[in-house]
Amino acid sequence: MAENNIIMDIKDFYFTYAGVDEPSLKKINLPIEKNKITAMIGPSGCGKSTLLRAMNRIHDLYPGNTYAGKINLYGSEGEKQNILDLKKENDFIKLRQQVGMIFQKPTPFPMSIFDNVAYGLKLAGIKDDIEGRVEQALKDAAIWKETKDRLKKSALGLSGGQQQRLCIARAVALKPEVLLFDEPTSALDPISTGAIEELIAELKKDVSVVIVTHNMQQASRLSDYTAFMYLGDLVEYNKTETIFLNPSEKLTEDYITGRFG
Amino acid sequence: MNRLILNKIILILSTLSAVIGIGFLFWILFTLSYKGITSLHFSTFTNDLVEGGIRNLLVGQFTMALMASAVAVPLGMMAGIYLREYSNNSKLASVIRNLSDVMMSAPSIVIGVFVFALLVDPFGGYNGWAGIVALAIMMIPIIISTTDNMLALVPKELREAGIALGGSKHKIILQIVIKAAKVGITTGILLSFARIIGETAPLLFTSANNQFFTMDLTDQFPSLTVSIYNLATYPDEASRELAWAASFVLTVIVLCINLLGRYMTRNKK
Repeated sequence: MAENNIIMDIKDFYFTYAGVDEPSLKKINLPIEKNKITAMIGPSGCGKSTLLRAMNRIHDLYPGNTYAGKINLYGSEGEKQNILDLKKENDFIKLRQQVGMIFQKPTPFPMSIFDNVAYGLKLAGIKDDIEGRVEQALKDAAIWKETKDRLKKSALGLSGGQQQRLCIARAVALKPEVLLFDEPTSALDPISTGAIEELIAELKKDVSVVIVTHNMQQASRLSDYTAFMYLGDLVEYNKTETIFLNPSEKLTEDYITGRFG
Repeated sequence: MNRLILNKIILILSTLSAVIGIGFLFWILFTLSYKGITSLHFSTFTNDLVEGGIRNLLVGQFTMALMASAVAVPLGMMAGIYLREYSNNSKLASVIRNLSDVMMSAPSIVIGVFVFALLVDPFGGYNGWAGIVALAIMMIPIIISTTDNMLALVPKELREAGIALGGSKHKIILQIVIKAAKVGITTGILLSFARIIGETAPLLFTSANNQFFTMDLTDQFPSLTVSIYNLATYPDEASRELAWAASFVLTVIVLCINLLGRYMTRNKK
C-alpha cells in the first residue's frame, strides 16, 4: 500500500464527547484510499457516525468535544495536514470544501434548486460561470434531466431521492477530494436507493468516498474497503471481499452473518 | 352502564360550556358590530378627534405600534437567535429565557408605570416616545419567544448541512436557518403586532392622548385605545357613539391581522 494512494489517514485517533469521561472512539487507525469507496459498518452506537463526523470536524459545531491522535489529509500534491490541528473558522471552511458531507435525511436549503447548488459555490467565493458549474454538478449527480426545466422552483418540492441527489450535486459542485456519506439511503425507498448507489459508484472516479451504512448488502455491493466497528473500536479493516467472505475476527463474522446487531 | 351515563353527562357539560363561551363571544361581536356600524360615518375617518372623528387616532396608534415594532423586532429576533443558536443552553440562556417568559405575562399597566417613571416624569410630561417604548417593552419578549421557538423547529441537520458545505455559522443562520423559519417568525411578529395595537394600559400615562393631528413624538400623542377609554366615560351620546365606532374599527384591524397570520401559517407548505 503505497502512501500516495491514501487520501486520508486516521492515526491513533480518540474522540470524547462533551461531558463524558470515556472516549467514544478508541485508538482508531484507518486509511482512506484515494478514489475508492470505504464503508464503515457496525451496530448502532459503535461510533461509525462519530468517526465520520470527525473527518470534516463537524463535531466542532458543538462545544466541548475533544480529539486526540491524528487525521492526516493529503492534498493533490502530496502535501499533508493534520485536520485536528485546525483552529480558525476559515481553516474549517477550507477543510469542509475539501471534505464534503451528505446526511441521512436529505437537507435541501429552503431556496430554488439552482440556488441550492449555487449557494455552496458562493460560500466558496466562486463567482465565474456559476451557471455552467451548477449545470455540471447537477449532471454529475444524475439529476439534471429531472430538474433542468424547474431550476427556479423550490427544492423542497422534489421527492426524497431527488432531494438527496440534489444534496450530492451541491457537494460535488465544490470539487471536494473526499465525500462523507452518513447513511445516505436509510430514509429512501429501494428505487431511490438504487439510484443513489449507482451515483456513488460513478462518483469515485473523481472523489474518494467514505460511507456509513446499516445495510450490509449496500456495503458489500458498493464498497472497495470495509471497516467493521464495535463499541468504539475498529475491529477489522480490509478489502470488502475479505471482510465479507473471510473475516479474521470472530466478532466481524458474527455481525455480518446477522448473529447480533 | 355507569360509564355510559358518565360519558353523557361529561358530553353535555362540555358542550354547554363551549356554547356559553362562544355565546359570549358572539354577543360581544354582535353588540360591537351593531353599535359600531350604526355609529360609523364616512366623516369618522376624515375628521380628527376634536371634530368627532378618529383619523388622528388611527394614525397615532399605528405610528406608535409601527415604531415600537421597528425597535422590538430586531432586538427580539437577535435575542432569540442568541438563545437558540449561540448560547449552547448555558445557565445565562435559561435565566434570560425564564425572565423573558415572566416579562410576557407582566401586567401591561406595570410596564406603563415603569415607563412613566423613566420617560414621562423626568421629561416633564406625556410624550409619544414613552408610548413607543412601553409598547416595545411589551413586544420584545413575545418576539424573543417566537424566534426562539421557531428556530428550534428547524432541524439541526439543516445547520450541519450548511456548515458541511463550507459556510460560517453566522452566514448559515442568517441565510438558511432564518429562511427556513421565516413563515413562523413572520406570523409571530404579526400576532405580536396585533397584540400591541390593541393595548391601552401601557399608553394611558405614557403617551396619553391628543385631540389634534400631530406627528410630534415629544408631545402627547393621539391614541385610538386611550380615546375609547376616555370617550366611553363621557356622558354625551356623541362621545359614546364615537367610542363604539372606534372599538369596532380597532376590532376589525386586530381581526384582520390575526387572520392574515393564520392564513400565512396555513399556507406554509
